[in-house]
Amino acid sequence: MTLVVGSLQLGFIYGLLAVGVYIAFRILDIPDLSAEGTFTFGLAVSAALTAKGHPLMGVLFGLLAGCLGGAVTGLLQTKLRIHPILAGILTMSGLYSVNLAVMGSSSNISLVGLDTLFRMAFDLFPEVDKELIKLVLSALFCAVLVAVLAIFFKTNVGLCIRATGDNEDMVRASSINVDATKILALAIGNGCIGLSGALLAQYQGFADISSGIGIVAVGLASVIIGERIFGQRGVTWGLVVTVAGSVVYRLIIALALKSNLFPAYFLKIVSAVIVAAALSVPAVKEVLVRRKIKKEGLRNAVHP
Amino acid sequence: MLYIRDLTKIFAPGTPNEHTALDHLDLTLEPGEFVTVIGSNGAGKSTLFSAIGGSFWPDSGSIFLDGKNITYDPEHKRASQIGRLFQDPMKGTAPHMTIEENLALSYSRSQRRGLRMAVCKKDRNFFRESLAEFGMGLEDRMDAKVGLLSGGQRQALTLLMSTIVPPKLLLLDEHTAALDPATAEKVMDITNNIVRKNRLTTLMITHNIQSALTCGSRTIMMDSGKIILDLSGQEREQMTVTGLMELYSAKQHKTLDNDRMLLL
Ligand SMILES: Nc1ncnc2c1ncn2[C@@H]1O[C@H](COP(=O)(O)OP(=O)(O)OP(=O)(O)O)[C@@H](O)[C@H]1O
Ligand SMILES: [Mg+2]
Repeated sequence: MTLVVGSLQLGFIYGLLAVGVYIAFRILDIPDLSAEGTFTFGLAVSAALTAKGHPLMGVLFGLLAGCLGGAVTGLLQTKLRIHPILAGILTMSGLYSVNLAVMGSSSNISLVGLDTLFRMAFDLFPEVDKELIKLVLSALFCAVLVAVLAIFFKTNVGLCIRATGDNEDMVRASSINVDATKILALAIGNGCIGLSGALLAQYQGFADISSGIGIVAVGLASVIIGERIFGQRGVTWGLVVTVAGSVVYRLIIALALKSNLFPAYFLKIVSAVIVAAALSVPAVKEVLVRRKIKKEGLRNAVHP
Repeated sequence: MLYIRDLTKIFAPGTPNEHTALDHLDLTLEPGEFVTVIGSNGAGKSTLFSAIGGSFWPDSGSIFLDGKNITYDPEHKRASQIGRLFQDPMKGTAPHMTIEENLALSYSRSQRRGLRMAVCKKDRNFFRESLAEFGMGLEDRMDAKVGLLSGGQRQALTLLMSTIVPPKLLLLDEHTAALDPATAEKVMDITNNIVRKNRLTTLMITHNIQSALTCGSRTIMMDSGKIILDLSGQEREQMTVTGLMELYSAKQHKTLDNDRMLLL
């Protein structure tokens, strides 16, 4: 039971990250690696502000920090025409120094005993079970974000972003500034990712400079698991399913850890393998199909 | 409406591949004029459209649209006044979005885009009525993904998208060339209707000499980045397909002869 509840809590918190990755990789169709930096940026800002006694500000500015990081990547990609992958890497490398500065040049901050968003909720509802509060709070963040984004992607601006990922030429021909649209979308996506980091810091009660390592693979794994289990449909569906994928991913990890299948430091390679395996399905399928065609074709060949 | 002076574009200047695609070209279009453009492959027709549409800056010369110098305006900014169709039906639509969303996107070019819902009921009815005029049954498939449509249907949709907010200039680059003859004719009919109804100033590239002479009111012929023939009025009315073909090869022979003389 605790395993399920814990997975749900983490699933929702990392679900925000997955939604951000979904926006870049699926809606905008851009391989954006800045998440490795923006996730930690949100986490660091949130922890630093919480340590100063402003947990709410921590969440808000964590989100804004993510937006800022995303906008920088967007600027590099569009105005300076740097390859998207390299743009993401540059942002993420640069943010490493920024994050250390935010954390007062220490590689971790402990928030033990300090007022976090979750503690404030405990104090507000002293008679309610703490695990339940954590669950409801993280689910609430996810639900609100998904709802807001689902509506946003049906507005004019949202439509421009979706079309930019679909056919840039057509977007330009409709008199839309493609560069501005990309920057905006990357800012929004990384805002979600920063928010995810910001909540995580307060949820787990500490911030670590290395939290962002491998986080793109985690987000992608959630997106892909969601798609494979629940199928691909519209954008709203995609957002919801991505969060569901994040929860499933956490469940898989929790089960594997519990059954001592592998030590905790294996987590990164597990997410990498999940992503690689899921992405290679079409290629493997094709090889199998072709092999079958070839075999039958050779068998049925009419010899001269 | 459109006023082009001394337009020159040289690709890969200073290299062995240097190529003058537009050569001091002059062209003036009156408001509401429908001009067809013919010329051999590589004559520079598409390059002319790209220069007008803003895909690149010309090396020299200027382009005025409705009295305003647009030579150095960014592409997306001009697109609010210039509708453009290509040979490739895939180019003008977003395949993973619905017909309705595609239309909504181009319809919103008339206003500042904000956080208003992209499709409202009033728009939907308007889109439906406009599509119904094509007689292709698209009005009943507003929620279908555009990627599922045939080339002809997509091209008709693109045509509506580029003209749903009437542009000051419509550029059609062999927009029926990838379609089968019956569909091509259908899309040509739709084109004529839309252009006539909105009195659009239009430039249309075609390799079909017949439709070059029957559509619109004026025909220009391009070769080596220049306009070498400008037909309108009575002269054009009396022109036959064979007559134009003869004129065409005559002009070409002349350039060929010139080249040969240079070689000797
Ligand atoms: N981006 C480019 N870089 C280099 N050369 C180019 C480029 N675009 C066009 N050209 C050259 O410019 C010339 C004119 O090309 P353009 O596409 O305008 O011809 P066209 O008249 O449209 O021909 P077609 O009837 O085949 O479409 C061609 O010789 C082409 O090779
Ligand atoms: Mg061409």
